Amino acid sequence: MAGAANVELVAVSKRYGSTVAVDGVDLRIPAGSYCCLLGPSGCGKTSTLRMISGHEEVSDGDILLGSRNITDLAPAKRSTAMMFQSYALFPHLDCVDNVAFSLTMKGVGRATRRKRAMELLARLHMDGFADRLPGQLSGGQQQRVALARALITDPSVLLLDEPLSALDPFLRLQVREELKVLQAQLGITFIHVTHSQEEAMALASLVVVMNQGRIEQVGEPQAVFNRPASVFVARFIGGYNLLPARGDDQAGAIAMPGGAPPGDAHVAVRADRIRLAAAPPQPGHGACEATGLVKTIEYLGLMVKVGVEIDDGLRLSVMLPEERYLAHPVALGMRVSAAWARDDMHVMTH
Amino acid sequence: MESVHRSLIGRNGAPPLERSAASRRSRRRRFALAPYLQIAPLAATLLVFLVVPIAAVIAVSFWDYDTARLIPAFIFTNYHDLLVDPITWDTYLQTISVAFLTWALTLAIGFTVAYFLAFHVRSKAWQTVLFLVCTVPFWTSNIIRMIAWIPFLGRNGLLNQALLHFGLIRQPLEFLLFSNFAVVLAYVHLFTLFMVVPIFNSMMRIDRALLEAARDLGASGRQSLWHVIIPLTKPGIAIGTIFILTIVMGDFVTVSVMSGGQRASVALMMVNAMSLLQYPAAAANAVVLLAIVLGIVGALVRIVDIRKEL
Repeated sequence: MAGAANVELVAVSKRYGSTVAVDGVDLRIPAGSYCCLLGPSGCGKTSTLRMISGHEEVSDGDILLGSRNITDLAPAKRSTAMMFQSYALFPHLDCVDNVAFSLTMKGVGRATRRKRAMELLARLHMDGFADRLPGQLSGGQQQRVALARALITDPSVLLLDEPLSALDPFLRLQVREELKVLQAQLGITFIHVTHSQEEAMALASLVVVMNQGRIEQVGEPQAVFNRPASVFVARFIGGYNLLPARGDDQAGAIAMPGGAPPGDAHVAVRADRIRLAAAPPQPGHGACEATGLVKTIEYLGLMVKVGVEIDDGLRLSVMLPEERYLAHPVALGMRVSAAWARDDMHVMTH
Repeated sequence: MESVHRSLIGRNGAPPLERSAASRRSRRRRFALAPYLQIAPLAATLLVFLVVPIAAVIAVSFWDYDTARLIPAFIFTNYHDLLVDPITWDTYLQTISVAFLTWALTLAIGFTVAYFLAFHVRSKAWQTVLFLVCTVPFWTSNIIRMIAWIPFLGRNGLLNQALLHFGLIRQPLEFLLFSNFAVVLAYVHLFTLFMVVPIFNSMMRIDRALLEAARDLGASGRQSLWHVIIPLTKPGIAIGTIFILTIVMGDFVTVSVMSGGQRASVALMMVNAMSLLQYPAAAANAVVLLAIVLGIVGALVRIVDIRKEL
């Protein structure tokens, strides 16, 4: 393997005509990290990945890999390898020839390249399918072949474009684990584009949340989850209740201890930090509590999700561990009070 | 069938054993008839317009004839006369070589045009416009398109005059018209589109991500063409080849017009035989030609799987 390398994006932009897909992105991905570019569709994450791979021209800025500026290099000269969303396996070639394709292009002899390809296939437990055509493989098997084909080029960075989206949910979890194990074994940098926050949390050592062509937040999964930098991030990664903040006595909002911050502020409260209790009938809510009616109950197995409509129309989602729910069950239409610790409130002004 | 039958009975609520054997049989027969009725129109059409004519040609090829009559018989004389005649072999060779040349040229041109349309023209609108431009020659009849070449290629035609005028030649070029050159040129002009369409169709089905993957894996443009595009375009090439071969092998109009009657083709042989009322001889020739063309197409289909294009 060529060894891991830092990837650095310096003020990288991508424009298509007058639309800006990626807007002056600065990002440093340390060598050997598993980086997930996370965001809704159209946020610029795929464009960013494709610029790193060299399949999309950079409109502005520079991309560095290690100490080399790779901004204008051909895709195959960057020591990056791309795994395409639909895997893009050559339908007319069997697995060995698919994996050996880059060696064929380099003019490596048939025996040598087949041997190397078989090694890679064996590493991904696909050596038993060597002479199958891609059309005869399942989605998960195709994905392994695509991985082997990308890895045979000895990349220092592997680029994965929504690699799990074509798999069924059960297989997705299994392959997700395998990807992480593989990355740890290889020690090279993985850059993985996804719109699933769950996937990003599970895989990444570095999460990059993007929105409208810009980076909203970069950090370890735990940091991003516990300290979302913006309302968008809190909303996108989920698990938070976002309530409009207000000064005293304003309806349809949450009162802020010590007065409301200026502008359009929100309070974020983690859904699993809220406690529910049977409430006295009088309406109203204070800084760290609110009363309302239970509107929905979803049993999710480990957790039970309870939707509470607070008296002035706000909605709260509460995640209760099954155990606690069973100890203090609530019922639809029941009047409850929801309370949380002051430390579990985050104020966000953007 | 059985399961359908059972479930129907089950839905009626009556146990199968209480049903009489007769009613069960009639039910089964009604279900068995439906698929045959459904394929009947197509089968009838093929029978009337394909099977019967070919059967008639094959039957007549074994008949006897004299100057005025066809005599029903079962003789091999027609085939014998055909196959021992050296002219037959020359004519077949001539037709096959012209067909091969036409195929090679239409393939080269057709592939290039299709490649340009499929991979270089990015917008759908331009693709459609340029594709329509390719069909412009088809707005007039074959004969007119052929005859239009004559004043251009003739001994005192435009091309010769221009070449003489610029001093590039001293004598008018004789091979331009009424020659194999003219025949092949007319074929290429008339039929290249039949090569463009299936190849273009194949190319449009190639996932563009495959070309990116090839580039990502270090393939140059030429390597992508050779290792990805051409293999994936093979079915289209095969279909275009079948079009061109079948048209050219069975043609006699273009040959007689463009060669000025100086070149033969297998189909012209048949026309001549028929004009002498030697229908059985023409039929025998037709059967031989059919066998050869079917053999070529069969070999092609064995090499290339064209089913996924159909």
